[in-house]
Amino acid sequence: MSLKENIWGYIFIAPWIIGFLGLTLGPLLFSLVTSFTDYNVTSQMNFTGFDNYKRMFTMDPLFWTSLYNTVYFVVFSVPLTTAGAVIVAMLLNQKMKGIKIFRTIYYLPAVLSGVAVYFLWMQLLSPSTGLVNTVLAWFGIDGPAWLFEPEWTKPALVMMKMWSVGGGMLLYLAVMQGVPKAMYEAAELDGAGSIRKFFHITLPMITPIIFFDMVTSTIGAFQIFQEAYVMTDSGEGGPSNSLLFYNLHMWNNAFEIFNMGYASAMAWVLFIIVMILTFLHFKLSKKWVYYESGDQK
Amino acid sequence: MIGSKKKRITKKTLIYLILIGGSLIILSPVWWMIATSLKTPQEIAQYPPSFWPDSFRFSNYLEAWQTAPFTRWTLNTLLISGLSTIGSVFANAFIAYGFAVIKFKGKNLLFGIVMATMLIPGFVTLVPQYIIFAKIGWVNTYLPLIVPSFLGSAFFIFLIRQFMRTIPKDMVEAAKMDGANHFQIWWRIMLPQIKPALITVAIFSFNGSWNDLLGPLLYLNDENLYTLQIGLQTFKGTVSTQWNYLMAMSTTVLLPIILLFFYFQRYFIEGSNLTGGQKF
Repeated sequence: MSLKENIWGYIFIAPWIIGFLGLTLGPLLFSLVTSFTDYNVTSQMNFTGFDNYKRMFTMDPLFWTSLYNTVYFVVFSVPLTTAGAVIVAMLLNQKMKGIKIFRTIYYLPAVLSGVAVYFLWMQLLSPSTGLVNTVLAWFGIDGPAWLFEPEWTKPALVMMKMWSVGGGMLLYLAVMQGVPKAMYEAAELDGAGSIRKFFHITLPMITPIIFFDMVTSTIGAFQIFQEAYVMTDSGEGGPSNSLLFYNLHMWNNAFEIFNMGYASAMAWVLFIIVMILTFLHFKLSKKWVYYESGDQK
Repeated sequence: MIGSKKKRITKKTLIYLILIGGSLIILSPVWWMIATSLKTPQEIAQYPPSFWPDSFRFSNYLEAWQTAPFTRWTLNTLLISGLSTIGSVFANAFIAYGFAVIKFKGKNLLFGIVMATMLIPGFVTLVPQYIIFAKIGWVNTYLPLIVPSFLGSAFFIFLIRQFMRTIPKDMVEAAKMDGANHFQIWWRIMLPQIKPALITVAIFSFNGSWNDLLGPLLYLNDENLYTLQIGLQTFKGTVSTQWNYLMAMSTTVLLPIILLFFYFQRYFIEGSNLTGGQKF
């Protein structure tokens, strides 16, 4: 490592260092400090110790509502979308005519997002004239009012998430195509059928990606915000606050009533929850993630 | 043997049926959006709803467009998405080169930090970032929506670095022997080699910026500066019952993304193959 190379290295990563210090590390420390104050943008910052945290756990019932809603969403959406993505990838990992067209179709919803798609789903979920309940009616099922019934709002959002399962599917497809053909041929000689081949070869080989997908989608699911913000009346939280997600509650505190100190404390609690869960994910992964190299790290 | 061949054909037929069924589920919402955008308000309200519009009212599109300054909002959105895509591609490729090719002190530690930043929920830094941008007078300008793209993002740095590591080291070494410096190697040798990765980043970045609601919502107050995503959002409040207009605008806003997708879809696939493969 010559001095010149060192300098070149730092020149190249300089933009990241500036961004990291200014937009990540600085704000991270700033929000930690703010979380112990009553900062509201216009006033001076007064240190209030653990008041924000105390208030969160003991005096703000909406904090618990929003945490419950978020955990509910994570618990249902992460395993369902992961399983969905694996199944779809398996179906699309065949040598068949027209398979590329199917891959394109299944991936399409993954690129469609934003306000337009949330509006589309509000229309699809419309109680009497929406597509979802129309199709359910064909089977004699009287569909619920979805976004208007507290117990059906979150399942509706999970369903919406399932629609764009193609994003994860692409990752699984890529790794499935990397599984050596010889392994399947050997299994076939031993008389293994499709199901056994899946559980004994494909599934173990893709566990590292399942793990990666679950970690990142858990982090992502904890951050659900835009869907609820758009699909409820500008962040009201839906019927009986059933769509008041953690980040929506935090947003309302920060940018509706400018309670920046409290919002920062909420952000840190979320950060700690996500870190603990990620740590647990890594711990548990040792039990089920299979690494071909035998290197369990 | 004949038995197993028969079995294989049944299996294939079954898979086709499942795939076609799934395709219908996936495509019907998109069709529903287009169909609704062409209906009259009366037809939308009728029960049971129709799958095929009676009238094909294309004028919905023009009328919806005229309810708000959508032309202006489209230009605003294009400007923001365009500039942040350029920033994203060049900055991330630049930073990734440092991590992929150059050997310098503390590289592994710093790259570890890059990866660790992916774990931080965006909302943790949201409030202080807002305060910083407010303090330096960037609220109500496009700068908070564009400048951060020029400072790199962990996900893209990681993605491009994986691509760069597949390029033979000999090429870099040979160029060095010829007296090229790292900047020249990056620009003339590395960038042309990793075009698929750069296109993937460009698409993801454009898509993300085009669909972003949170950023514009936070930083833009002046209606003249609005992006399409906020534009659509305000649409809901003023003409909430006019689903035909709303779906016409939604279709219009999604159209560039859909076209981009069909034009560049092979890069999505190739891109994922190289990053998702055996490297995790």
